[in-house]
Amino acid sequence: MILKTALWAASALALMAGAAQAEGSLNIYNWTDYTSPEMIEKFEKETGIDVTLDTYDSNETLLAKMQAGATGYDIIVPSHNFIPIFIEEGLVQEVDATAMPNFKNVKERWRHPDWDPEQKYTVPFHWGSASVAYRPDLYGKELESYGEFFEPSEEVSGRISVFKTPEEVVNLAHLYLGQEFCNEDPAAMQRVQDLLIAQKPHVMAYSSEGMNDRLINGDAIISTHWNGYAYKGRTLAEEAGKELVYAYPKEGVIGWMDGLMIPASAENVENAKIFMNFIMDPENMGIQSNYAGYGGPIEGQEEFMDEALRNAPEINIPNDTKMIFSFACNAKAQSLIDRVWTNVLR
Amino acid sequence: MIANLPDSPVLRRSLALAPALIIIGVFMLIPMVVMAIFSFLEAKSFGGVVWNFSGSAYIQLLYERMLDDSLRLSPGYLIIIARSFLLAFVAMVCCLIVGFPVAYFISRQPIQHRNMWVLLITIPFWTNQLVRTFAWIIILGRNGVIEAPFRFAGLLGADETLGLMYSDFAITVGLTYTFIPLMVLPIYASLEKLDFSLVEAAADLYSSRWEAFSKVIIPLAKPGIIAGCLLVFIPSLGAFIQPDLLGGGKKLMLGTLVQFQFSTARNWPFGSAIAMILLAFVMLFLILYARAARNAKAMDLH
Amino acid sequence: MAVQVDVPPLAAPVRKTEKRRAFGEVPGLATLAFGFLVFLYLPIAVLVVYSFNAGNIVMVWTGFSTDWYAKAFANEDIRKATLNSLIVAVSATAIATTCATLAALALARGGSFRGKVVSLGVITLPLMVPEIVTAVAMLVFFANLGLNLGLGNVILAHTTFCIPFAFMPIRARLEGMDTTLEQASRDLYASDWETFRLVTLPLLMPGVLAGAMLSFVISMDDFIITLMVAGAGDTTLPVYIYSMIRQGITPEVNAVSSILLLFSILIVTAYWFTTRQKPGAKSH
Repeated sequence: MILKTALWAASALALMAGAAQAEGSLNIYNWTDYTSPEMIEKFEKETGIDVTLDTYDSNETLLAKMQAGATGYDIIVPSHNFIPIFIEEGLVQEVDATAMPNFKNVKERWRHPDWDPEQKYTVPFHWGSASVAYRPDLYGKELESYGEFFEPSEEVSGRISVFKTPEEVVNLAHLYLGQEFCNEDPAAMQRVQDLLIAQKPHVMAYSSEGMNDRLINGDAIISTHWNGYAYKGRTLAEEAGKELVYAYPKEGVIGWMDGLMIPASAENVENAKIFMNFIMDPENMGIQSNYAGYGGPIEGQEEFMDEALRNAPEINIPNDTKMIFSFACNAKAQSLIDRVWTNVLR
Repeated sequence: MIANLPDSPVLRRSLALAPALIIIGVFMLIPMVVMAIFSFLEAKSFGGVVWNFSGSAYIQLLYERMLDDSLRLSPGYLIIIARSFLLAFVAMVCCLIVGFPVAYFISRQPIQHRNMWVLLITIPFWTNQLVRTFAWIIILGRNGVIEAPFRFAGLLGADETLGLMYSDFAITVGLTYTFIPLMVLPIYASLEKLDFSLVEAAADLYSSRWEAFSKVIIPLAKPGIIAGCLLVFIPSLGAFIQPDLLGGGKKLMLGTLVQFQFSTARNWPFGSAIAMILLAFVMLFLILYARAARNAKAMDLH
Repeated sequence: MAVQVDVPPLAAPVRKTEKRRAFGEVPGLATLAFGFLVFLYLPIAVLVVYSFNAGNIVMVWTGFSTDWYAKAFANEDIRKATLNSLIVAVSATAIATTCATLAALALARGGSFRGKVVSLGVITLPLMVPEIVTAVAMLVFFANLGLNLGLGNVILAHTTFCIPFAFMPIRARLEGMDTTLEQASRDLYASDWETFRLVTLPLLMPGVLAGAMLSFVISMDDFIITLMVAGAGDTTLPVYIYSMIRQGITPEVNAVSSILLLFSILIVTAYWFTTRQKPGAKSH
């Protein structure tokens, strides 16, 4: 009986493995809750290519997996600050996005970004920002500066929620202190460390999960947040009769952008390129944006987006707000960040 | 005894043992050796290792490289280790305090009821650990299940909280909840074997119930208690879901520290070194356990 | 150095029930035990109740609804992850239980021999190593080996840590088992194989089943190790749930968990009812 079960499982496995290698398939490895099923369905219908989707929860997981030699993925979606690492480590192959017919649809602003100036490896995908979100109904006033988050007043003490990984937090601290990102100056990093250690007694949790839960629940009043996720949070909060606002503090916000890349080990390279070209179409990117809740780089995609999202304050940055893109720090700066973070949390 | 293939009992025994030993040897022992080697290598800047011998991962544990690159003896990581031990110990004690009486109670039930109890204790653990932990957030959190009656009775204002969540208390509850079956079941197993006529005799011999209890039942239940304590203590030491979700990740623990090194900090050698330290402590406990068990056996033979 | 752990098989062998007398009847014990049950089931109850929450956020109750069940059933990713979890759990349980049964027989019936303690140590090793260490070691190992069998990697990893969980109840059962029946069988000139098949194995079955169940539960619940070793398309249910938490858990996760819970209660209860009649009926 056990033997039978084992045999059945083994043959089921073999069948599945066979199916994955068949022609006309595409294995996408993307962030959780980030890929529009409607868009995928449209792609499958138009091209006859069978899509398998797998998800990860962070750039670190993706990088660790790819470094560990994970194969079988044809499309991966790292964030801009990780893109140079993937290139440098030889984990991805050239795609030459500019040669694709639909590249003409990419907005001027998003072409030839710093992290891939020749657009050799990436096709631009969603962009977004990181800042803080808060509950105006509980806070009682408008949040104007990161000072209110890093050096909170008595009323919000113990109701501050912070991301659990250092990248954005350290960068937000740099923004507040008016310092360069990826700082290698020990004195500057010391100021960041002092700021974060002084903030710690006021922090309720260091967690990158469930920010919306904590804010809506009233556990937290101010929380680090991503714009698209805050957009979803605001919608949920309104359902529950509460307010949730994604803030644009005067110091600016941190920008990020994800790019589509093809791993060096990809087996369905042509299909991956077909997908890349497909996503640069305004309608397709519009559908994708509706699902993910983030803005995209394609001219005219707004036409295909839900009105609520098109007009959402979360994806329409005020004109006077700076959006500064972080980048991959070198080993020295990165180890300073890690040490600061360990010192804060120990 | 194993099929009618080989005649030699030695060969038979070896063949029967081989699959389990090979699987664990190849997929567990060898990986751990590889990790031990990694802990003596240099970190590659974006994860992975450079094949140069280096003791820096271990130096980093004791000495802090100041932001200006000078070395200073630093208790930082030792504090994390001590904190993990303390929390694991507290969780173990909580499990024991609650688990022992329960195991004792079950062992005193008629046999059909006993099985029922074992079943009742096992069932909750068929649900996903993450979701179970998440359920505690709903229970302990602001406006949660526990606070609700206080609020209803007006003992807690709209903006007040008992502050149960995101605390060491919450982590302890989470750890105790997750690992308590591993305490109850072994203790129950040893108590269940216990011959109660012995206890009767003791009750007649000793003057008080407490004496009978501490001189007869406890020694007999000792193997179960020790096994239970180890089974709770070890996973608690490396736990990372509970500190993360219930403790709010405010203080690094051994488990979260290892995970941090392999993900965000991308320092595989250092992560490996911490893992090795963790392992060394566990081994130390096992040796102590083995010694205690041997002593117990020697006492038995008396 | 091996830790000896006895996990009681769910249906323990019925021994002559000794008469329990007044001693040891500590007052308040029953209350404590029932309080313990409340502690155990409170989160489960919360989980199930909130799976019927109409709103999008688990913690904010907005009304009763069964929509999340419909959504969970319609969610292809959840279905796929569940299928993966089941394939992995069934395969790992089958392999681990077989290996563990053989090993337990060798250790319990093989007399005393050199290397017995070491073997015992190796088999219980996965219990003694914190999960995060195992996960990281396996990641490093699979990466350097370049071993990529898809779900096979996950099955191998799960088999490894399931073996001791299957092993413990089987060995406990073997040690509590009377050898006189086996002896009698051999005296009647039954071959070793016949003795094993007709006498030892049926007697051992409760232990084997308990071991298999324990393995199955452990495999279905694991996520740290799976997260590290799983490759493309090999997402299991716990890994999927973990990824979902990042976006804020919705009652959909509660619904899936409730379905799984119901499913497992059915299996465990069925198992309990089938085995509890056996001891009386089956007297060789």
